[in-house]
Amino acid sequence: MSVALLIVSHSADVARGTADMARQMAGADLSIAWTGGNPDGGLGTSLAAITEQLEAVWREEGVAILVDVGGAEMNSEMAIEQFDKAKAKKIRICQAPLVEGAIMAAAEAASGGGLDQVCRAAEEFSHA
Amino acid sequence: MGRMSLAQSHNPAENTGAALELLDVLCTLLLGAEDELNGLDRAIGDGDHGGNLARASRSLSELRPELAELSMGEAVTRAGRAVVMSVGGASGPLYGTLLMEMGKALPDEPGPGDWAAAFAAGVDGVARRGRSAEGDKTMLDVLAPASRALSEEASADLHEALAAMRAAAEDGFETSRGLRAKRGRAAYVGERSVGHDDPGARSALLCVGAVADFLGENKG
Repeated sequence: MSVALLIVSHSADVARGTADMARQMAGADLSIAWTGGNPDGGLGTSLAAITEQLEAVWREEGVAILVDVGGAEMNSEMAIEQFDKAKAKKIRICQAPLVEGAIMAAAEAASGGGLDQVCRAAEEFSHA
Repeated sequence: MGRMSLAQSHNPAENTGAALELLDVLCTLLLGAEDELNGLDRAIGDGDHGGNLARASRSLSELRPELAELSMGEAVTRAGRAVVMSVGGASGPLYGTLLMEMGKALPDEPGPGDWAAAFAAGVDGVARRGRSAEGDKTMLDVLAPASRALSEEASADLHEALAAMRAAAEDGFETSRGLRAKRGRAAYVGERSVGHDDPGARSALLCVGAVADFLGENKG
């Protein structure tokens, strides 16, 4: 199996759309989950929803998380901390722009890259 | 049994019960400050700080019966978790971490020095979670000096310690206004944040002030 991706945005529409774009890049085999919106459905992020999606996509190969701003990253960190150490080590938050990073990460994951390579691909993105 | 004092009771349930009265005060205060905090946040952020803390307050009020069954440390930790779960903005993980780290540090029968140490642990947690420091124009500009003042005075007179904590919080808030934001959404507006009150610093000041009032009234 390849590295899985999780898209975390303040907006469910952005998260879903970003996942669509990443999937288009990488094909249907890519395991990609997304979540967006606060617990009431407004703009924001939800620790419970992030945790649920992480549990759904977690695998030995690892999970790369792409986040947008502020609370998305902190809530993702708190979600990771809920996993046991061995599992948590295989979850990484990429310091990359959400949409572009997701596309680069998806391409790298689809071509068999490991978690380090997937995150690096996202983080090294530049508008060529 | 009236209000909680920082002086310890040997009955853990009594301690927790009194802390719930303080929780009610804080929730009512934050619900009433929703529009003010949203307005401050709209000027230099995404305008949801008041709504986020109102959501946290409603969640905490619902949790009250469950909290009443817990020891002080467990109750504060559980409250922090509820804040993280309910908020959805950056203030959730930040205020949630403050409470969760405080709860972890609290013994079953906390005295003033224990509260001061727990507050300091909580503030450290906020700094780590937000990868932020005093001077970044965040809630830490209020929380950090307030915590230091409480720690310095906690072993002396309680009234003086609370007064020092409040004064330090107010000074920190005033200083923060002139700073340029380095963390959070407000950092995106750069120079434009100078001269604006930071919504997180404002909510922190409201809470520290309310805690000082509540405990001060009950002194002795």
